[in-house]
This record gives sequence, C-alpha cells and structure tokens, in this order.
Amino acid sequence: MELTYIPLLAVLVSLAAVPFILLSSKKPNLREFWTILAGVIKFLLVLTLLPSALQGNVIELELLEIAPNLPLVLRADTFGVFFALIASGLWIFTSFYSIGYMRGHHEKKQTRYFASFAICLSSTIGIAFSGNLLTFIIFYEMLTLATYPLVIHSETKKGIAAGRKYLTYTLTAGLLLIAAAGITYSLTGTLDFQAGGIFDGVELSQTMAVTIFILFLGGVGVKAGIMPLHSWLPSAMAAPTPVSALLHAVAVVKSGVFGVIRVVGFIFGPEVMAEFGLNEILMVLAGITVIVASLLAFAQDNLKRRLAYSTVGHLSYIVLGVSLLTETGLIGSIMHISFHATMKITLFFCAGAIMVNLHKKNISDLNGIAKVMPWTMAAFVIGSMGLAGIPPVNGFVSKWYLATGALEGGMMIPVIILVISGLLNVGYFFPIIHRAYFRKGGPELEGHTEASPFMVVPLFSTAVLSILFGLNPDLFFNFFDMATSVASSIFNPL
Amino acid sequence: MLDFFMGHYAYWFTIILLAIGLYGMLMKKNLVKKVIGLSIFQAGVILFFVSVAMKEGATVPVKAYGLPVSEVSNYMNALPHTLMLTAIVVGVATLGVAFALLINIYNRYGTLNEEELLDKIQ
Amino acid sequence: MIGSEIPALIPVTYIFFAILIPVIGLWKREITWHLSLLGTGIATFFSAWGFMHLIQTGETIRYFFGGWMPPVGIEFVYDGLAAFIVLVINAIAFLVLIHSKEISKVEFPGKKMAYYTVSMLLMLGFNGMVLTGDLFNLYVFLEISSLSSYALIAIGEKRAPYSAFRYLIIGTVGGSFYLLGVGFLYTVTGTLNIIDMHEMLPMVIGHSSVIAALILMIVGVGVKAALFPLHGWLPDSYTFASSTSSALIAPIGTKVAAYILFRIILFLFGVELIDEQLPVTTIIGIFAGIGILYGSIMAIAQSELKKMLAYSSVSQIGYIIMGISLANPFGFIGAVLHILNHAMMKALLFLVSGSLRLKEGHSLITKFDNSYRKKYPWTMAAFTTAAISMVGLPPLAGFFSKWYLALGTIENSNWLLLAVILISSLLNAVYFFRIIEKVYLNNPEAESPEESEVVEKDEVGFSMMFPMAVMAIGLLLVGIFNAYIVNIIFNMFPAGF
Repeated sequence: MELTYIPLLAVLVSLAAVPFILLSSKKPNLREFWTILAGVIKFLLVLTLLPSALQGNVIELELLEIAPNLPLVLRADTFGVFFALIASGLWIFTSFYSIGYMRGHHEKKQTRYFASFAICLSSTIGIAFSGNLLTFIIFYEMLTLATYPLVIHSETKKGIAAGRKYLTYTLTAGLLLIAAAGITYSLTGTLDFQAGGIFDGVELSQTMAVTIFILFLGGVGVKAGIMPLHSWLPSAMAAPTPVSALLHAVAVVKSGVFGVIRVVGFIFGPEVMAEFGLNEILMVLAGITVIVASLLAFAQDNLKRRLAYSTVGHLSYIVLGVSLLTETGLIGSIMHISFHATMKITLFFCAGAIMVNLHKKNISDLNGIAKVMPWTMAAFVIGSMGLAGIPPVNGFVSKWYLATGALEGGMMIPVIILVISGLLNVGYFFPIIHRAYFRKGGPELEGHTEASPFMVVPLFSTAVLSILFGLNPDLFFNFFDMATSVASSIFNPL
Repeated sequence: MLDFFMGHYAYWFTIILLAIGLYGMLMKKNLVKKVIGLSIFQAGVILFFVSVAMKEGATVPVKAYGLPVSEVSNYMNALPHTLMLTAIVVGVATLGVAFALLINIYNRYGTLNEEELLDKIQ
Repeated sequence: MIGSEIPALIPVTYIFFAILIPVIGLWKREITWHLSLLGTGIATFFSAWGFMHLIQTGETIRYFFGGWMPPVGIEFVYDGLAAFIVLVINAIAFLVLIHSKEISKVEFPGKKMAYYTVSMLLMLGFNGMVLTGDLFNLYVFLEISSLSSYALIAIGEKRAPYSAFRYLIIGTVGGSFYLLGVGFLYTVTGTLNIIDMHEMLPMVIGHSSVIAALILMIVGVGVKAALFPLHGWLPDSYTFASSTSSALIAPIGTKVAAYILFRIILFLFGVELIDEQLPVTTIIGIFAGIGILYGSIMAIAQSELKKMLAYSSVSQIGYIIMGISLANPFGFIGAVLHILNHAMMKALLFLVSGSLRLKEGHSLITKFDNSYRKKYPWTMAAFTTAAISMVGLPPLAGFFSKWYLALGTIENSNWLLLAVILISSLLNAVYFFRIIEKVYLNNPEAESPEESEVVEKDEVGFSMMFPMAVMAIGLLLVGIFNAYIVNIIFNMFPAGF
C-alpha cells in the first residue's frame, strides 16, 4: 500500500477502535482484544515507516486545507517516526498491563478508560506526525480533552480536583500556544515545521523574539513539566497507575518535550535561538527544574508522587540538552525521550503492581517486599539504575551524550547539574530498594506472591528492553541513528 | 445668539420632546406613563422628519388647484411625509403590543406600578 | 428563471405563511406547527438555492420592487454576505421550529396558532432586515422583527410579560434612535438607498450631522445586538421566554443586528471615512472587549442555565463586533464565521436547555446530577459538543472563528484584544465544564452509592433530537471544512479590502 497514507492510518487506527470498544463494554475480553489489536496494528504501521525515516525521507500527506494557506498536514519525518514508535510500542505494553491492573483493582468505568486511552494514542501519533503548528495545536488540544476522563477516572474529590487543575493548566497552555502560533504566522506567513527554523529572513526585535518564545514556552512547557508550570503532574497521580505510566511518563509529557524540540529546532532554529539568547532562558529554567524536582522527590513518601517529581526532573534533562544548542546535546535529549520512557514506565508499572498486589502506596510501607515480589523489584532496580545514569541501562547512554554535549559547548554548569542530579536520583531511589530488599517485611506480607503476570510481564519486558537499549542503542529500531539524523538536520539544514 | 435659537427652533423642539419622552420612560413609575413617554419620544422623531421636509413658500404635499406638481418648489418634500406615515403606523402597532403586555401584566399582578410590581415578582 | 426573484421570494414566503397559518389554524388547530415548518422549509430552500446560484454566477442580485428604479424605489440587495446570512438564519429557524413541537405542548399549550404566526412575522422581519437596500425599509423590518420578538418573549412563564415590556421600551427607543440617525443622513444626502448613499457620503463627511447620524445608528442597532452596555434587556428576556423563543431570537436576532452594524460601518460608510472623523472602530472595539469579559464573568455567576446562556450570548456578540472593529480581512472573516458558528452553537444550547426543561421541569444548574448522563445520553453529548466548540477547542467550529479573530488582532498589533480573546476562552471553559462535571461525574459529596438507583434511559423524542444532532454534527463539519466557507467569505468583502 502507498506509504503516504500510513501516517493517516496510524492516527486513525485507534480512533476506529473506539466504537468497537464502546460496543463491547459488556464483554471485557472482547473489549480488551480491540485495544490490543489496535495497538499492534498501529505499532506495525509506524514500523513500516522506519526504513524511509532512516533514509531521511519525509512522507507527507496533506489532508485538507483547514484555514487558507494552512493545511492539516501529516508529515512523517525522522523525529516524528521516532516519537510515534516509542509511543505506540509502549502502548501495547500498557494495554496488557492495564488489563492486569484494572481487573486486579476492580476498577469501574473500564470501558471509558480504554476508549479514552485509544483516543489519546490517536492524538499522540497525530502530534508526532504533525507537519505544521496548526495541526500540532489541533492534536495537542485533542490530547488534553482525551486525557481528562482518564485523570478524573476515580471520580473522587481528589481526582476531580486534579482534573480541574490539569484542565486549567493545559487549556491555558493551549491558548498561549495559539497566540504564539498566530504571531508567528503573521510574521513568517507559514507555520510549517522546518529543520533549522522558519524565521529566516524575518526581522525580529529582541522583545518580539523573547515574547514569542515565552508564549511558546508557556504553551509546550506545561505539558513538558518545566517549572513553575509543572504542578499538575504530581496532582495527576490521582489517576490510575497505567494512566500515569503511559500518559504522564510517555505520551503527554513527551508530547510536551517533543513540542519543545519542535519549537527550538524546527520553528526558531539554533541560530535564532542563540542570536536572542533564548536558549539561556531555557537553560536556566531547565536547570532549576532538574535540581528542584530532584530535591522535591526526596520529600515524597507516596511512591507515585516521588516518581512524578522524578519525571519532572528528567523531562528537564531533555530540555536542558536542547538548550545547549549543540548537536551532541540534542542527540542525548532525543534519545532520553525514548530511554526515559522505557525506564519510567517500568517504575510506574512496578508502583502499580505493588498497589494492586499489596495495597501499598507509601515508601515507608515497602519493607521487605522484594521477597514477595522479586521480579517486580528486580525491574525496579533496573529502572532506577538507568535513571541515575548507571550502565549498562540505557539511561547512561543518553546522559553521556547530554554531558558530552555540554562539554562541547564549553558549558560546565549543565554538567555539574547533571552530576548532582544523578547523585540525587540515586539518593531517592536507593532507600526504596534498600527497604524492599534489606528490611524485614511485616506480617501483612504473609501469603502474598508476585503480582499477576499481566502486570509483571510488561514491566519486566520494559526493564529488559532498557538494558538491551543500553548495550546497543541501535537495537531493533535504530534509535541512535534516528536521533543523530534529526540532530544533524537541525544544525546543518539544507 | 438669539438667531441661533430662533433659526433652529424646530430642532430644539425635537430635542425637548425627546427629553420629555426619555424622562417619562425613566422616571415615571407607572407603566402606562412609561408608554406615554415612549409615544412622546417617537413623536419627537416623527416631527423632526416632517420639519426637515419644509421648504420656504411651499405648501403641504397635497395636490392643490393651480399649483403644478412639476414646479417642485410649490410643494414640501413629500418623501419624509410618507415615511412618517409608515413610522406612525409602526408607532401605533408598538402601542398596541405595549398595551397588550400591560393588560397581561395587570391581570397577573393586579398593579401597574413598577415598584409594587417588582415586589410582587420577587 | 426564478434565480433573480429569490430576494423577493424569501420574505414573501413568510408573509404568505403568516397569513395562511391563522386562516387554516382557526379551522384546524393541529396543523399550525406543520405549516410553520413548511414555511421556514421553503424559505430555507430558496435561500440555499439563491446562495448556490450566487456562488456560481458571482452576481449580486438587485431586486427592484414594483419596477421602480433606485434610488427612488426600494430595492433588495442580494449579495454574497446577505445570501450567506439569510441561509444561516432560515436554516436555524427551521431546525428550531422542528424542536418546538414538544415544547409547544408544555410551554404554550393552546397558543400554538398565535405563536407560529408571530414566528413567521419574526422571520419576515429578520430576512427583510438582511436583504433590504434601503435605510428606511430597514427600520420598518427592524420594527416588525422587534414587535414579533416582544410578543414571543411575552409568551413564557411568570415574569415574561414584564421582561417583554422592558425590552419593548428599550428596543423601541433603540429603533427610534436609528430612525433619527437615518433622518440626519437623509437631510444631508437626500437619499435613503444604501448603495447610493455610500457614493454620496464621502462628499458630505465633514458635516457634523453625519457623524451624529452614525453614532445614533450604531447605538440604535447596538441595542438590538446587545452591544455592551446596551445589553441590559437581554438576560431577563431570554431567561423567562419559552425555550423556542430564546432559541429563535438569541441565535438569529442579535446576529442580524450585528450584521446590520457590519453593513453600516463597513459597507455604508467604509472604515477610512469613519476613522478620519472619530475613532469609532476603536471605541466599538473597546466596548466589545469589555462586553466579552463582562458576559463571561456574569455567566460564571449564574445558577440557572438559560440565564447563563444569555450572558454567554452577550459575550459572544462581543466577539463578532470586535471582529468588525478590527476592520481587516481576518477580523471580517472571523466575525462572519462566528456569526455562523455562534448561531449554531447557541441555538443548540438553547434547544438542549429546552429539552432538559421539558424532561426535568427546571434548568437549575445546581440541581443537575449525573443521572442526566444515563437518562439523556445523546442530548448531553450534543451539549458537550457545543460546549467544546464554545470554548474554542479544535477541530470544532468555534476554534476557527477565534483563530481568525486572533490573527486579526495580531495584524493590528492589538495585544489587548488578543488577551481578551484568550482570557474569555478560559472563562468559557469554567462555566461549561462546571456543567459537564456535574452531569458526567459522580458527585463526590454524595453519601450513598448512586449505582443502586436504576435510572432508565429517557431520551427526548426524535423531533427534538434531530435538530440538536444536525447542529452538533454541523459544528464538526463547519470546523473541518471551514476553509471552503472562508474562501466563499473572501469574496464577500466590501470594496477596498
């Protein structure tokens, strides 16, 4: 079949599954089957785009002109395929995991859950394949809407409050993004994403450039968890764990940083960024976020909240790497998108398994659980190691490139930040591991065994994947090659 | 100064009527008086139009014996007069609707005084 | 070929049915609804035909009544913009009247014949206002539609006649101001024909009475359009009127008045002409901006659905008028598109409120609960669609009109108005999502599990559901295909853009 239609099909597959999911609400197995089927088909479709992406080909499909001179465009360039791969791939794992979690936890409203999930994934793939800012905004807002039912899933006071906070932050962000896009359009006459930026030949004053950049940053920074726009993330932990896992460690937040990279690399371009000192703004914000988030992680006793702050910190690793404006740094950032995803999703899966199996949410209750849930904790160890940047887990690779990128640019401070943060990571993960393995568990652990295989298999697989990617970043999907190619296209535009 | 007033007395008259009408609508408590105010207001506008139609030495635009129509300066401008016929009809229709509403209000609440009315409605 | 007769056929259809309904209604009570549908249906058909014809030939039709040539005779001018507006208002009226079948049994039983006759007159007035090319004729149609709307508003619950009376006073004063303005213009130019006057105005623009006339006309029409601060009649009138009346007057009436403002400011006078003398567009823009924020804030404070929608309408009209005040192509496109979008959204919302009132007996937001989700799934789905579109989230229609308006403000470097658009979108989200939360989510305050209460699906009948569904789908389609619509609107620009 024609390659040009694949991006569209990839977006539509899970949307098409939604009616089936809704209709099979009385037959859970059938309903889950649709979800998994859609996920697998989506992943395979994206996979077929991989060879052309590796060659640097761009597959473009103009859907329709949604505003004069502004078409709705799906463009599967290397960066888009990269993001789409990780999102759709991890969705399959999350779907299996969800089955175990939702059933084990006897969650209600599962149909709404699975249907919303499917729409979210459509939106995420749409974001990945957006060819211009307008398309991006449309899918971005769709993602906000589709994730809302998931955030408020529990319908408790906390859940609804979390949902309101989430909406306030993300809707405001959407509006700022629209303002930024409008101004950009009136200055440049286009909203296309082009490697190297679209501000060529446009007169920009310092104030104008900074204002537009701040508006953009407000827009994508909320989802990317840049402080001080991050506080919706810890609150959103009120959602069920698979939601936190996929959406808030992979899809939503990664859409945010994906947006940051699109803005920096494909709208502004490295020269414009440097010319007006915009990258310095970014660097300061990201650096502060990394340190503060890591410190805040220490203070959390609730496991998911600790993971949430850890996510905020790691997202800003990516943003920090972008702000360095070096090729190596960018490679590190892009790879961290996928590597952090695999590691964080593992950790969230573990947290969920612990909650369903042992009904424990707080770290102080986790004494001795390694004896009862060995596989889960083993995966946890792997994930933590990677986030701290310890080889052979993949986190080490991306961190290495980030640090090298900073050194290349002659900037010591980011390196110091990375090192300190690495230590802090160890600092907030190690106690968990210590408690699980080396403290004696209480009597309530009697009679419990490992969590359901639906949960354990996915979480262990992502952990293993993390190691494999660490040993060979190009394994299976050539993540490293793609990252390199994207970075070079931004810094050496044609 | 006097010239300014005397030369434009039609306009001043109009303004006075408009003011009286507005006063009636705003200040009077009885709903019927408000309607009267409205009527005066509309009359002001109508009279303004008619005053505009005036020409020196002309007569009303009704065909008179001995005054050829082709000699336009004989007759006042007929157009505003006809327009105002329409406007008067519109005014009458408005009055009709207004009174229908008032009858309805009276039947419901038994009063046409605005203050009592607001009390009864609350 | 009746193509050239369309401008006359549309109002004549309404006159015909306005006479037919009472005549037949006295004999056979039950057909009045069907006749009203037939009337609006035929008018919509003519409007659509005329619109298609216009797109293909691109010729403006000038219909001279009685064969009298302008500027002596009265003419109807059927250009692109007029054709578009006429199509929109007739289509919406058609859908609203379909919905009124059930409502009429509850909200105004026994008065159906009178109600539908007056609705025909109402539509006559609106169509006439849009189509006419003569300023005085416009006054006549303005008054026809106003009188009909006073009557329709009075047919409601307890407080309705008083609200209608207040509206009558304010509305008639507005109409008289407009008439006075026309009088000034006539005195100075000697003509009443819009096209003719447009050519004459540059010659007399220095005259103070012309500016006075402009202000009088804007104030007069502004009352009808509910331009802040002339909007005072709106909340009470919409709240207490019957749901069908609100659904007819809110989306259509204020839009037609806004369209008249369009004509006066952009077509009759032309922007450069006005702004030389007095920064009218700036002033209107400021008032529109204040109106947008005021309407949104007041809407948040309401506990009753219809009143909330009324204040929301004040806010949305502000968008349209702001688009006019920007006086650049994007502003124009945004305003015209928003006329279409808001007409659909508001009509849909009022229809939903009508359906809810029918079923529940009230429309108090505080009493909404999540049984609605099970009882009226499709109605609430339509509501949600309209809400999302009002907030301005893509890909629904509401996003695109806001996008063009935003581009318009950026083009003028009017950052203040841009901020107003953005902030008001957020405020819209607040008052709509509040309702969505109540309807879809379990109330966390409730003590006993509500699952045990078995709630039956009690969806409204087809005659009510059909128009709501059509409008909701329409919002999606207009959103996705808005580029086509925009291209058509491009051709409607007045000369000089």
